[in-house]
Amino acid sequence: MKLIVTFSRKRGREPVIAQVVRDTGVLINVERAQIDSHEGEALIEVPDEACQLVRERMEALGATTRRLDRTILFDRNECVDCGACISICPQEVFSFDEAWRLTVDESRCVLCGKCVLACPHHALSLQL
Amino acid sequence: MERTIDLVNERIRDGNAVVVTAERMPELVAELGEEGALAEVDVVTTGTFGAMCSSGVFLNFGHADPPIRMERVWLNDVEAYAGIAAVDAYLGATQQSETRRDQYGGAHVIEDLVSGNSVEVRAHSRGTDCYPRRTVRTEVSLPDLNQAVMVNPRNAYQRYNAAVNTSDRVLHTYMGMLLPNHGNVTYSGAGVLNPISNDPTFRYIGAGVPIFLGGGEGIVIGEGTQHSPAGGFGTLMVSGDLKGMSAEYLRAATMHGYGVTLYVGIGVPIPVLDIETVRATAVTDAAIEVDVVDYSVPERSRPTVRRVSYAELRSGRIEIEGEEVTTSPLSSFRRARQVAEELAERIASGRMTLALPTRRIDTTRSARPMREIAQGPRVREVMDRQAFSIKGDAPVTDAARSLLKGETNHLVVLDAEGRLTGIVTTYDLSKAVLQPERARLVADVMARRVITTVPDEPVDIAAQKLRRNNISALPVVDADRHVVGMLTATSLSRLIGRGRE
Repeated sequence: MKLIVTFSRKRGREPVIAQVVRDTGVLINVERAQIDSHEGEALIEVPDEACQLVRERMEALGATTRRLDRTILFDRNECVDCGACISICPQEVFSFDEAWRLTVDESRCVLCGKCVLACPHHALSLQL
Repeated sequence: MERTIDLVNERIRDGNAVVVTAERMPELVAELGEEGALAEVDVVTTGTFGAMCSSGVFLNFGHADPPIRMERVWLNDVEAYAGIAAVDAYLGATQQSETRRDQYGGAHVIEDLVSGNSVEVRAHSRGTDCYPRRTVRTEVSLPDLNQAVMVNPRNAYQRYNAAVNTSDRVLHTYMGMLLPNHGNVTYSGAGVLNPISNDPTFRYIGAGVPIFLGGGEGIVIGEGTQHSPAGGFGTLMVSGDLKGMSAEYLRAATMHGYGVTLYVGIGVPIPVLDIETVRATAVTDAAIEVDVVDYSVPERSRPTVRRVSYAELRSGRIEIEGEEVTTSPLSSFRRARQVAEELAERIASGRMTLALPTRRIDTTRSARPMREIAQGPRVREVMDRQAFSIKGDAPVTDAARSLLKGETNHLVVLDAEGRLTGIVTTYDLSKAVLQPERARLVADVMARRVITTVPDEPVDIAAQKLRRNNISALPVVDADRHVVGMLTATSLSRLIGRGRE
């Protein structure tokens, strides 16, 4: 399960994610993080069964969490199976099947957005 | 055994022709032998589907009442070339919309038209006695046009060099997004299915040959522009009636940072008349090679990093400088295959017959570079010949004193042999003031990653470096990294004065 965690830094520099890992024992995978002087946002991956627990602990520490059901949105009608997205993706989300048809493994996506720019046919967009 | 084109067409009309795609030929030859394949196969179909910028459509709108001689014309805000007869225009695929920039262009208008959508037409004229009207604004869809004839000056490249980027920043090119430090490789072309690769001596691909174009019926006009078969880069000029085409095989696209282009599906049928055709159409991806060229070098002749075959490119990974690099095609092999299969089906079902070229295409030509009568300005012509320098082991206060004289904003830092090792600006000295304990010497505060230029570099390229890196000076270095001058915004301003002379 992927979660977007948003935390304000006005209340100090509390290590929210580290705290939750210690408190719950759940191993959180930080896939992407963007943190500036007053706000931070992180994309984390947690085991499905621990999702509720992690969310509750994070919210208790002042962070807000949002479940990410979809990552990259793929419009099959616009896609021509060119494959321009394959080599620019750091996560190997895209590949060809035996028939040279593009396949998309959404679960690997970390929302970096490179493919949205690289797709010549506007077949990819981000769910934010 | 010899087979004639008439015999092939007779078999097509009778529904008896054996038509296979070029992808099938290598295995057929392996299975049956060359003579066996010759006896078996009547026609080999090829196909390619990729970005073909050099594409466009001649349009005839019919006369308005009162009549207008359209001097400038726009379709959905995309300008078409109207410097031809009164109500004719040529809409180029890469022309961009005046309002939607690279998100919409000629290619999108073409896709809209073949998809059955109407487009807005606007035109201006100065008005003449015979064509008094000055403006017109209307909406048209494909059936409203008398003619919509696709004429593509340069399509179906025989092969295309693959692209890599050895610089340390992302490049956005017509070869797609190229990641820094050879982070990926992009390539284009259908390899084993490519039309010209299956007839590299142009025995059957020539003027007048019927083809599959954009889902409809087309014809080869002759050699394409930039046709360069001597080096293995032949091209075709093709034409076809847009009214018979479909959006399945004509797709508008935007290459981010480059612009609009049109993906076109083209298939050429090759009659199998002799053993030489069997051999040519048995070509494999492993036998078609291209260079991997470095797009970070802004010159016409970009350096080659290595040579690869389409088989290697299509494997998904190739090795560059000891590292595995992921490859991306920009053209669609799946659709190229569909083109070849659809074409095979049309021929096998008797809906399309073949013809020999009415005129052969040159097989020896090489495209030449542009003849330029004057070289653009070079860095050496405008640079400041004096560069203020300092040694890395000098105290920062020395650098501050030197900058305060006001003769320069940049001090180049040199090693004992006088070679460039860094650069210091007032910005770096301000940092030193904030951390006096850590920054005593020039070497402690200088920028070590210096972006430089060379005397022979075109000023345009040097100016692009300044802009892209948001800096105001480039040390000019020779081959030994000795500083021979500085290029600054002030030096560039000399060009403006020079232009007026």
